[in-house]
Amino acid sequence: MGKCKVGIIGSGNIGTDLMYKIERCEYLEMSVMVGIDPESEGLCRARSRGYHTIDSGIDGLLEAPELVDIVFDATTAKAHKLHSEKLTALGKKVIDLTPAAIGPFTVPPVNLTQHLDKGNVNMVTCGGQATIPIVHAINRVVQVEYAEIVATVASKSAGPGTRANIDEFTRTTAKAIEEVGGAKIGKAIIILNPAEPPIIMRDTVHALVKEVGREQEIIESVEKMAAEVQTYVPGYRLRSKPIFDGKKISVFIEVEGAGDFFPPYSGNLDIMTAAAAKVGNEMAKQLIAEAIK
Amino acid sequence: MENKRSFEILDVTLRDGSHAMKHAFTEEQVRETARGLDQAGVSYFEVSHGDGLGGSSLQYGFSQVDELELIEAAADECKNAKVSVLLIPGIGIKEDLQNAVKAGAKMVRVATHVTEADVAAQHIALGRELGLKTVGFLMMAHMAPVEKLVEQAKLFESYGAEIVYVTDSAGYLLPHEVKERVSALRSELSCEIGFHGHNNLSMAMANTVAAIEAGATYIDGSLRCLGAGSGNTQTEVMVAVLERMGFHTGIDLFKIMDVANKVVARYMQRPQEITGSSLIMGYSGVYSSFLLHTQAAAQKFGVDERDILVELGRMKAVGGQEDLIYDVAARFAEQKKTLV
Repeated sequence: MGKCKVGIIGSGNIGTDLMYKIERCEYLEMSVMVGIDPESEGLCRARSRGYHTIDSGIDGLLEAPELVDIVFDATTAKAHKLHSEKLTALGKKVIDLTPAAIGPFTVPPVNLTQHLDKGNVNMVTCGGQATIPIVHAINRVVQVEYAEIVATVASKSAGPGTRANIDEFTRTTAKAIEEVGGAKIGKAIIILNPAEPPIIMRDTVHALVKEVGREQEIIESVEKMAAEVQTYVPGYRLRSKPIFDGKKISVFIEVEGAGDFFPPYSGNLDIMTAAAAKVGNEMAKQLIAEAIK
Repeated sequence: MENKRSFEILDVTLRDGSHAMKHAFTEEQVRETARGLDQAGVSYFEVSHGDGLGGSSLQYGFSQVDELELIEAAADECKNAKVSVLLIPGIGIKEDLQNAVKAGAKMVRVATHVTEADVAAQHIALGRELGLKTVGFLMMAHMAPVEKLVEQAKLFESYGAEIVYVTDSAGYLLPHEVKERVSALRSELSCEIGFHGHNNLSMAMANTVAAIEAGATYIDGSLRCLGAGSGNTQTEVMVAVLERMGFHTGIDLFKIMDVANKVVARYMQRPQEITGSSLIMGYSGVYSSFLLHTQAAAQKFGVDERDILVELGRMKAVGGQEDLIYDVAARFAEQKKTLV
């Protein structure tokens, strides 16, 4: 087998954008888009690009399990629990883009390969994908006692799911700042800004470190990390050099999307799909290597 | 005597004033203020971090004393008054509200930017479920046209809010604009309407009168104007003005003056006068709690705070975006360097 077959459940914005990212992955082959509305834009686009489409949700996919090796879930936290149980029982790998967080958190430049053997991995949140690499970059130089992130996104790129469950964002992100970023205590804040034209996603990381000093090393570590994120999100940028104020370090980030399905200002959605595709690709690479063995 | 309609004055000194105090209220200050408000006859007053429950952070400033302890202390002082808390979804979460209720809160005001009410549905529902007086608080009300404000207020009402506020967070609105907004909500909604003002253009009292005349039944104020920017409608003055208008406020004028001048005046860190910066906030429509953060950033980066504020207004910054202040200040400092 040269590539792993991919299914995407959820033919909304995230699922549709993800499809384009999958097409560019070396070890992944887009196979099937699963939705519940045959007229949804995602299913129409998948059909027109020659992929299988299923409009009867998870049940439809379970009737044709041979279509997939790896399944990305871009539905809701509630639906994901059920999807995950059924798919992992069949030995399928699941990458979770919902806030369900059943499986371990994965943030590519920090722990890309750590959980690939698990049946289910979770992609945290958009704000988490944008900021946790930076928390980790600081923490690998000097212990981060407390890290707080502020994600500001254009109102237009916060969908109904995010809006109805905004607490999930803050809770899940804060937890992952600790578990993946390495901060002893994590906190997350999200702000929606309705300005027109829509603003590009901005993220700020404020960290309190154990001791002052080693500024040059921290700057280098943060810049190196930003370059690493840029390999899969080219529009990821530091807006300035980190600002030091005693034990407090602030890093300002801007995330411009690739403009696949989302407009470029929706860097928040783009970084989620880009990170998920990266994890899927790495997972496939490993599955293929094991199959050859 | 048609002026005798009943309404509530809600004092926000211990919440909006948290901004002016750099979130450093002590338990003693809160107890004394709460006791004074209760004895003066105020029915509701608010206690929380300035940015609401969970606001204690590097972004907005850490609370010197945990807000839950302050809420508990305030509730402990109340014989009749009820403690309100502010919750801004995206900053605070439902657990914060549950904890505040355990500490004694009886009212919650769930605040969103004027166009984003739909992030608050679950918090409003929780407020009702916990038996709280539940309020929707539409911040930066000047940033949306009246039709949009009405649409968002209706969302809050549909989630179960018993009162919806027009919140002039930037102190930008003029009396005729307040009247237009409150009247529109009054005619389109069946729940009660509130008004929260800031005094950056010296319009807080005039706006309050306009709001009451247009049918608002909940009005916010702070003692000695202790709130973000140049503060809010001055509670003790408002009591005097409303009595002169023929209303029964139910608040004892001398007693409320005493809390203002014998308690609050003692711990205020600076007079709440309209300075160059707060004036520009009102003029450019910038969120009032940016004031002290802007002054700090201007000092750190050696730039004019007014330039930062005008730029934030131009960028249409919304409440909570305090990180943008440092971003803008750093950019201006960089530009200054290249010019030299």
